[in-house]
Amino acid sequence: MTARPTTPLFLSSFTAASCIGRGSQETLASLRAQRSGLRACDFETVDLHTYVGIVDGVDATALPAELRSFDCRHNRLAELALREDGFDAAVLRATRRFGRQRVGVFLGTSTSGILQTEIAYRRRDPATGALPEEFDYRATHNSFSVVDYVRRRLGLEGPAAAVSAACASSAKAFAMGRRMIRSGLIDAALVGGVDSLCLTTLYGFHSLQLLAPGPCRPFDAARDGLSIGEAAAFALIERVPASLDRDAVLFLGAGESSDAHHMSAPHPEGRGARSAMQAALDETGAVAAAIDYINLHGTGTSSNDRAESYAVAAIFGSTVPCSSTKGATGHTLGAAGALEAVIGALCLRDGLLPGGARTANLDPELKVNYISANRPMRAARILSNSFGFGGANCSLIFGTAG
Amino acid sequence: MSLTAFLDGIGVLGPGISDWPSAAECLRGRRRYEPAPTAIAPPAILPSTERRRTGRIVQLALTVAIEATTRAGIEPGAAASVFSSSSGEGSNCHEICAALAAPMRELSPTRFTNSVHNAASGYWSIAAGATGPSNVLCAFDASFSAGLLEAMVQISLGARPVLLVAYDGDYPEPLKAKRPIPDAFGVALVLSASRSERTVARIGAQIAGASAYMPADSLADSRLDAVRASIPAARCLPLLRALALRAPGRVALEYLDASRLVVEVVPCT
Repeated sequence: MTARPTTPLFLSSFTAASCIGRGSQETLASLRAQRSGLRACDFETVDLHTYVGIVDGVDATALPAELRSFDCRHNRLAELALREDGFDAAVLRATRRFGRQRVGVFLGTSTSGILQTEIAYRRRDPATGALPEEFDYRATHNSFSVVDYVRRRLGLEGPAAAVSAACASSAKAFAMGRRMIRSGLIDAALVGGVDSLCLTTLYGFHSLQLLAPGPCRPFDAARDGLSIGEAAAFALIERVPASLDRDAVLFLGAGESSDAHHMSAPHPEGRGARSAMQAALDETGAVAAAIDYINLHGTGTSSNDRAESYAVAAIFGSTVPCSSTKGATGHTLGAAGALEAVIGALCLRDGLLPGGARTANLDPELKVNYISANRPMRAARILSNSFGFGGANCSLIFGTAG
Repeated sequence: MSLTAFLDGIGVLGPGISDWPSAAECLRGRRRYEPAPTAIAPPAILPSTERRRTGRIVQLALTVAIEATTRAGIEPGAAASVFSSSSGEGSNCHEICAALAAPMRELSPTRFTNSVHNAASGYWSIAAGATGPSNVLCAFDASFSAGLLEAMVQISLGARPVLLVAYDGDYPEPLKAKRPIPDAFGVALVLSASRSERTVARIGAQIAGASAYMPADSLADSRLDAVRASIPAARCLPLLRALALRAPGRVALEYLDASRLVVEVVPCT
């Protein structure tokens, strides 16, 4: 058994695909330009007055022939991202170094490939009610399907699981991969998240009256709900090697908690959010003042942003710069934690604190230092928040080696 | 390498299985196993407002969680938790897909809220006042072993007890034809890093890779083994049998593809 709290891990490779870009270069270019990828919803047959973040090129992405049974928008999105930034090649190198049974796969997803089932339900046999012959439950619908796909695609045989805790899913997947390495069970973990657009989440958030009619505006006084996006984001994490570049990104700590309050509304004072952030600090061994930037969960709903602002202010006061990148990417739900971890890693390396896109008039009631313009700054440590239905909370802390 | 933990409490509910003592009697061969539909009632720990909102799979998960924490003699909300399920609430998923296939696409907010895979974890945290970490997993047919492995990893890193809850239920048609799970089954284990007067057994776990060609253990009673083989959460039954026998033993549980989770059991009573 190795190591104990505060042991950092190394992000040896990472990538992301969202509506602001496929791969690091495009994503960073969009962040530098504060470009939002949200557009009026024209997804599938959806007839809702809202904006969405769609990843370009998903439908045109083909899976390898031998994995055809996994074919659906969800796994295509995963495949699209695996090919960016040489990520798949980096995983294969790790496999050769550590052995295929010593590399785990832990991916967060909330939607899985449910779109495939939604479409299959429209095509039920009129006489028997049966789903179409070609519908493959295991390879597309089940929450594990994207993990199964990624393992087979990369020939991995280590421990694996889908983490599905609503919008905290993929942040928790990072935390789980971290535990698996710390326990000594594996040497490296492919962690991340994949969530794809579907009717369940769009009509579901609509039923809760939480969808903004226009692009979402986190922390704005006039914020009126969230915009749903899709994303796949991956990182390969492993123990810190003997020597590292100064701008190498480290995964310093994770903290998790449960609100124990309500299934779909946050604790009004952000009680669970606060204890997740504190737990992450504790694991890192850092004090609040050591955090240079917070990537907020910041969905753009009135109550979420308020609760989070209370929690942030309670621990960090009102000076640490923070923002939500969801004005640019939309809320990518089960992939949000991983997407924002990768965005954080890119910003750490680039010396950028990303201003929140689309936020014009800060809500004066939210007593945090929300930045709506980009700032050049070499941050040493950043914290990233993800909170979800069921009161699931997870905060991650990343930093640079130098 | 092997992970170890102390097992302090067990809860179980399934077809023809009402709780841990009755399951242990069948697994020991003291009583004949008689199949019967899984009898699920709303657990008293749920506030009445939440009781109305939950489906039977959430109620099943909470029922076994209560049994295990009670037997372990811990406050229900004191443990960190790991919830693991292949599919969650099948009927809720069916209702949503059916509603979205209808012209009006009207979804109830409660149905949508309940559609998250962590519904049982969320309701548990509300009912038990559990404010600690809760991980929520799915690994298809390997969901029980994936959950046990995660729970034991957590034990290896921290002092807090961990409540593992693995549960699965049946889908209605037409999904049932694609994922034919016959009925509901739930199991809960309370694990600790140190031995207490409640400890039932010390368990050790390690993964045997596919290249070990190790068959997963089955049960001699064919009707009980049918439960094991047809409901993902019931893949735990060989482990429960080893615990019921109160003798040292080793079982191979189904894990990912052809790999196994090999669990060593050393009784502590």
